[in-house]
Amino acid sequence: MQLQNQCVAYIVKGDKEMVKLTINNKVIKASEDTTILQAAKDNGIIIPNLCYLEGVHEFGSCRICSVEVVGAKTLMVACMTKVKEGMVVHTNSAKVIKARKVLYELMLSDHSKACLSCNRNLTCELQKLGETLGVGENRFETTSCRNEIDKSISITRDLSKCILCRRCVTVCNEVQGVGILNAQNRGFDTTISPSMDLPIGDVKCAFCGQCTVVCPTGALKETDSTEKVWEAINNPNQRVVFQTAPAVRVALGEMFGYPVGTSVTGKMAAAIRALGVDDVFDTDWAADLTIMEEGMEFLHRVTDVLAGKKATLPMITSCSPGWIKYVESYYPEQIPNLSTCKSPHMMLGALAKSFYAEQKGLDAKKMFVVSVMPCTAKKFECTRSEMQNDGMKNVDAVITTRELGSMIKQAGIDFENLPDEKFDEPMGFSTGAADIFGLTGGVMEAALRTVYALLMGKNLPFENLHVTPIVGLSQIKEATIKLEGVLPQYKQFEGLEVKIAVTSGLAGAKLLMEQIKNGTSPYHFIEVMGCPGGCITGGGQPRSHDTKVKEKRMSILYAEDENKHLRQSHENPSIQKFYDLWGSPGCYKSHEYLHTYYVDRSGNNN
Amino acid sequence: MNEIQSSNCCENNHLSKLEQIESVIDLYKAKPSNLIQILHASQQIYGYLPLEIQEFIASKMKMAVSEISGVVSFYSFFSTKPRGEHTILVCMGTACYVRGGKKLVDELQKQLSIEIGDTTEDGKFTLEIARCIGACGLAPAMMIDKTVYKSVSPNKLKSILAKY
Ligand code: SF4
Ligand code: SF4
Ligand code: SF4
Ligand code: FES
Ligand code: FES
Repeated sequence: MQLQNQCVAYIVKGDKEMVKLTINNKVIKASEDTTILQAAKDNGIIIPNLCYLEGVHEFGSCRICSVEVVGAKTLMVACMTKVKEGMVVHTNSAKVIKARKVLYELMLSDHSKACLSCNRNLTCELQKLGETLGVGENRFETTSCRNEIDKSISITRDLSKCILCRRCVTVCNEVQGVGILNAQNRGFDTTISPSMDLPIGDVKCAFCGQCTVVCPTGALKETDSTEKVWEAINNPNQRVVFQTAPAVRVALGEMFGYPVGTSVTGKMAAAIRALGVDDVFDTDWAADLTIMEEGMEFLHRVTDVLAGKKATLPMITSCSPGWIKYVESYYPEQIPNLSTCKSPHMMLGALAKSFYAEQKGLDAKKMFVVSVMPCTAKKFECTRSEMQNDGMKNVDAVITTRELGSMIKQAGIDFENLPDEKFDEPMGFSTGAADIFGLTGGVMEAALRTVYALLMGKNLPFENLHVTPIVGLSQIKEATIKLEGVLPQYKQFEGLEVKIAVTSGLAGAKLLMEQIKNGTSPYHFIEVMGCPGGCITGGGQPRSHDTKVKEKRMSILYAEDENKHLRQSHENPSIQKFYDLWGSPGCYKSHEYLHTYYVDRSGNNN
Repeated sequence: MNEIQSSNCCENNHLSKLEQIESVIDLYKAKPSNLIQILHASQQIYGYLPLEIQEFIASKMKMAVSEISGVVSFYSFFSTKPRGEHTILVCMGTACYVRGGKKLVDELQKQLSIEIGDTTEDGKFTLEIARCIGACGLAPAMMIDKTVYKSVSPNKLKSILAKY
């Protein structure tokens, strides 16, 4: 799949002057808009750094990247200082090395240092920096002045491990536009916290988890759910059902040393089975199901509007629970715009304990459904009281991709050498349309493939079925699809120009919501994913230092789609069979089990 | 915590204060660069800046509450708790500290049954500490509103407080 042409506008650079400078006695050339850090890196010189996160957080708060610039009064931060003609830089003089070590030691003086029992042991950037700098002593021994542990349903904050780098602040405020985390108080009392130091569960946090992905230390992480999953697995009376979201398969491998952008679907299924799980289902199956339900809901809404009846448009996708919590907290008046469809894993959970249990003669009360998700917000979602049927929770626990990786390690499973295995039936088979649920634009494309085919009796007129205008990583993507030559039974749609928009990340969602609020939204159908890029870079995914992580995971997920024999949800024989036994999309029973409602959370708490 | 005492009689009062705060924000064109001035004026209008007021300001200025709260908690002249009629400022600067400032604080906490930063139940006094109020020669010193008391000893406190 070609992604390049999406970004042309950004790649074309103006004519930047090239300057000549000296770094560590080596004469180099660099464009005048590069930083010393970047220019050095491009020339094989590594400057240790910590708070800097390329393209995201370029703030200069830790000063670890300090270098000596001849003529400057003080050391300069390499991640913020631009190169200049004739500049002479030393990145490893005695003065620089000493300063860096002292800075690091000061950071440690106020840090918990409980590495062995820390969730980030061996993946911690602070620990790694210690190794890089070769700091062998601990001269300023004090205890951390921040000791609080703040545990919410989705996110856990351990203030004793916070190094005040503020990456989370940038991500939460600028990338996501939510603004839950900011520096509070000052001096030694400074913490990175919600307003008035309130617990994160008491403010309007979307639980998107993007802050946990960028945190270099163990200060921000998902709240552990593996313990109760182990308990269920070890309980002989419980039937444990696992399901995995589309995005998990293209990221899990990274935790076992595979390069970014490797798909490990078969090994993942095998590993879960090896954990001692009874049924290994695929949330992809439920993604196909979601398309049937959501596609039908969309057609109904449009039909009603065309007939002059009351129905709310644009309809907005509802499979991203961070996004849902955001709407409920900040745009409660727009709740009617949300599709009533539960998110795919909730649908699967609801059906596992009803449809599947019935078919198999299982006692649903003894089933324990675990969703492996790229997401931290789904931990919250599965506790919602609406997500229950027949007095049982649809999903009993949600673990992130990172937590699944950890469980596989804990169980001593040799992941690399596992044979590829398949998911279990009847909820294992999926089409390519389901795979792309994991990336921005995917749900919309999957829905369009099916809705178009249904109305027109032919395939969506895009090469390879990809709706090119909504492919890629731009913040807001739009397209118009004109319906000409619709089948006679749907003649009310003839000539309709369906306007769609796709966004990922809550800052983009905010823009589209403001339009709706102001009555200027031109769209019929909007896809929103709470995390920038979609689930592939969700809050529960492995942390990656590859700046191309989004692109790589995206193209491998598109490849999964293209490699499938069936690529449109309505063609999934397993889904067709399910509806033969169940009813039809949008039927009474579907409403009961597969759809939901939302609550206004704009009051202060949750 | 952070609740605004809003018995019915104060409800209207509360609303009119919110209106006043809103007009201050308008006056400063809701510019984030004017935040400090806006917070100052708001504290003057409302007396202090509890979460509810911070949220109100945040929504009018289209800023995150955590950002407002960050500024409020950074500067010691903003208070998130109701202020008493009078502010007692005990000096804990070096000179006063070595000459018994700490004892004054302890005694005041005992007499008023409050912690540093809090206000007495009757709303009369707020207790705070300062770093050097410029009376080092006659340490330990303290201030009540604008009056400076020098060479204070714990046993004088009762009579000083009785004046208010
Ligand atoms: S955050 Fe890093 S350095 Fe701190 S305790 Fe955890 S592993 Fe160790
Ligand atoms: S989970 Fe999302 S909304 Fe909540 S603090 Fe983190 S980045 Fe902000
Ligand atoms: S919580 Fe993590 S990302 Fe945020 S400032 Fe602390 S160390 Fe940095
Ligand atoms: S990496 Fe440059 S200041 Fe932190
Ligand atoms: S130290 Fe108290 S007045 Fe200076």
